[in-house]
Amino acid sequence: MKYPRPAAGTHPPNDSPGYRSTILRHPKEPLVIIPHTLSELTGPVYPYGRMEDSDSDLTRQHAGEPLGERIIVQGRVLDEDGRPIPKTLVEVWQANAAGRYAHRVDDHPAPLDPNFSGAGRTVTDGEGRYRFVTIRPGAYPWRNHPNAWRPAHIHFSLFGAGFLSRLITQMYFPGDPLMPIDPVLNSIPDERARQRLVSKFDLKVTQPEWALGFTFDIVLRGSKATPMENR
Amino acid sequence: MSGLTPFQTLGPFFDFGLVIRNGDLVAQPGAQGRHIVIEGVVRDGAGDVLPDALVEIWQANAAGKYRHPADDQDRPLDPAFDGFGRVATDDQGQFSFKTVVPGRVAGPNGKVQAPHLAVGVLARGLLTRLVTRLYFEDEPSNADDPILALVPAGRRSTLLAKRVGPDRYRFDIKLQGEGETVFFDV
Repeated sequence: MKYPRPAAGTHPPNDSPGYRSTILRHPKEPLVIIPHTLSELTGPVYPYGRMEDSDSDLTRQHAGEPLGERIIVQGRVLDEDGRPIPKTLVEVWQANAAGRYAHRVDDHPAPLDPNFSGAGRTVTDGEGRYRFVTIRPGAYPWRNHPNAWRPAHIHFSLFGAGFLSRLITQMYFPGDPLMPIDPVLNSIPDERARQRLVSKFDLKVTQPEWALGFTFDIVLRGSKATPMENR
Repeated sequence: MSGLTPFQTLGPFFDFGLVIRNGDLVAQPGAQGRHIVIEGVVRDGAGDVLPDALVEIWQANAAGKYRHPADDQDRPLDPAFDGFGRVATDDQGQFSFKTVVPGRVAGPNGKVQAPHLAVGVLARGLLTRLVTRLYFEDEPSNADDPILALVPAGRRSTLLAKRVGPDRYRFDIKLQGEGETVFFDV
């Protein structure tokens, strides 16, 4: 079978009451299992227009440089058999160094940075590699429970080979003391799966006198070898 | 063998990162087929609207062909049609897409599927993407659709877009509770 169902414990259950917003939003009826037809095995192939260099360098989207710790985040997008997924869209968005999103609804009393929007995108190369330059995001408070703080994270969005390989996730930073008490990260039942969301500090990616480097590989469903399974 | 990367919620503050210009325009004006508007509202288990959801659709063109290398059906692509749409709900929880009615595409075991859209719903409070399908209530081939046949009969109506105008369909999404939309494990 080329598109196996995800192993139990890999993805969080939508019913995860520790994350309060799930309570009224998770379906209560069981999901209906369906076979993989063309509708699931196909999907948008890079649906956007031209990329600019500044799309993947979030520190170069404004007149000045943003405040904060400049970082490089890079990795590979692979399928479950370890094959690279080339030319797939990777989108990211994040808070600024102070832990504030450039979003109209974010009312965290931390400063906005006029030189940082916090959104980027790129397309993987022939070996499935992507690379962003950005600012390390700050932790920020939220109202999930008393004194709740999200660990620093960068949101990722990927498409992969087809509709069924779509992934939205968050990348965390190694050693963040907020990770063990974060209901969003800990909604993932399998400890090893949780660890796959923690980027690795990487001295080889780090550029001397310029920026720390972090590596974050992403594994999506599917195998590009023979995508037609069920026809 | 590497393990899958797990899902996480997209959180409340995504729209500056994920919303695309003209994300609601799935079919260009010159696309083949019957041009329609699909509109709806996303609601939670209390009946409240979600002002912070993202709805994505993926569909074949009017000839029943997906713009994707895995679609090996001998049918024409349409230069004015890509098939992907992405819209964030507004403050009233509403979304809408301008598209065309898709053709019928191949299904499992040699069967043919009724016209449908694949739909993904993402939001704060959703730790994964919810996957559903939109079918058209006035489409006779629904009766033979191999995927609809897997859905308990009493819940199929949640997947049927209602015709509310000559070229206008309504598809409300209920995440939980009475009238809960059928979601799929793909």
